Amino acid sequence: MRKIPASQITQAVKELCLEANTRLGLDVLEAMRNALKREKSLLAREILQRIILNAEAAESENMPMCQDTGFVVVFAEIGQELCVTEGLFTDAVQEGVRQGYLEGYLRKSIVKDPFRRENTGDNTPAVLHSEMVDGNEIRLIVMPKGGGSENMSEAKVFAPSVGIEGVKTYVVDVVKRAGANPCPPVIIGIGLGGTLDQCALLSKKALLRRVGSRHPDPFYAALECDILDSLNRLDIGPQGFGGCTTALGVFIEVFPCHIASLPVAVTIQCHAARHAERRI
Amino acid sequence: MSVAAKSIRSPLDERTVRMLKCGDSVLITGELLTARDAAHRLMAERISKGLALPVDLAGRILFYAGPSPKPPGRVAGAIGPTTSGRMDPFTIPLLEAGLKGMIGKGRRSEEVRRSMVEHGAVYFAAIGGTAVLLSGCITSMEPAAFEEMGPEAIYRLQVVDFPVIVVNDVQGGDLYLRRDGAVSRPDCGGSRQESADPCRI
Repeated sequence: MRKIPASQITQAVKELCLEANTRLGLDVLEAMRNALKREKSLLAREILQRIILNAEAAESENMPMCQDTGFVVVFAEIGQELCVTEGLFTDAVQEGVRQGYLEGYLRKSIVKDPFRRENTGDNTPAVLHSEMVDGNEIRLIVMPKGGGSENMSEAKVFAPSVGIEGVKTYVVDVVKRAGANPCPPVIIGIGLGGTLDQCALLSKKALLRRVGSRHPDPFYAALECDILDSLNRLDIGPQGFGGCTTALGVFIEVFPCHIASLPVAVTIQCHAARHAERRI
Repeated sequence: MSVAAKSIRSPLDERTVRMLKCGDSVLITGELLTARDAAHRLMAERISKGLALPVDLAGRILFYAGPSPKPPGRVAGAIGPTTSGRMDPFTIPLLEAGLKGMIGKGRRSEEVRRSMVEHGAVYFAAIGGTAVLLSGCITSMEPAAFEEMGPEAIYRLQVVDFPVIVVNDVQGGDLYLRRDGAVSRPDCGGSRQESADPCRI
């Protein structure tokens, strides 16, 4: 049994919070540069250029690319031949978020209660999704999720008769209703199947996929392309001022479902698609 | 911005407000006041109780933003627009109090749009998620009210050439509505027309 101290988890989570907020993924940047080649609207081009410039400035000045440094979502895959010592794993993760947000001058955006809205002061708690896996390593992914795009996300449990077309129409409508609010160009995570909770989680996990990649199942790869194409015909464009760059990617994750149901969850991710990963 | 921009000064005078047209790129120099959800709720509460506002809104521009903390050696932390629609339920009394401009992102409610025309106010969009570039336009920043609320406080900013786009002008023009109903743009077809592979983006 491999042992690692809780402090090592804390240190890793702290560093991942800082990295995710200041460095935009190369896949997102590349997608934005490719969009710039196709985009004809002057204003849309100007906006894409400024987003790229901003990402470069964030990295070189070590500043968060967006003032909304998000609700931290942590995905942890914990090898079952590994034992965390000198503290609780969950506490170690929360402490890492606390240190990262305090030391990194990142915004504290979490309130203690949905109605009694007092700020927690350190951006904790993070939402933690842990899974036991084979092996003796921990894989940690930190995803700071902005509120503007989260506010436009939706889920609905359909009857199976809704079919592919019904699901497509729903996803396109969610993005259309969102308009400029979630800071397009967006990335769309779609969960299909499971229970309502599992489905929503899948839609978040889908956002971890590399922009430009496809679903391994050709059926879902084709559906991803089809939805992406429909979204980019909506003429929402960068920041909602028109253009063919409404979405940079559409990613679907699926799970078996009940004979009565077809749950669909759509998580909208703004162009500041932040996540950072480490194996310990 | 490379799209030809109009330079204006803030606080706004009537002549400036009237000259702005939806779709204009604008560079603002002067004062901005930040205010987001909690500050709006508190200002609306004060107005409904007949109390004075903590800041003078006459001719002012409110920037819907909650900055990240200021790191050492910088004038301001990262700052950028938040979704304006959340401020809609609180906005009309502020327009009645003399507010002349707002900076945010996303559409406004019909009631707010009507009230803006009535009171001669403009709504600008700043580019969301360009918080480092926007922070670089700030030359001074100080808390003006509700300091204890951290990112939700009202800050007084002095900015130079702060880039925005006019969304709603005083004639009732709306840059977002102008786009509604458009299925495709003739100069920019869907990705399928650009490439055999619609996922190549």
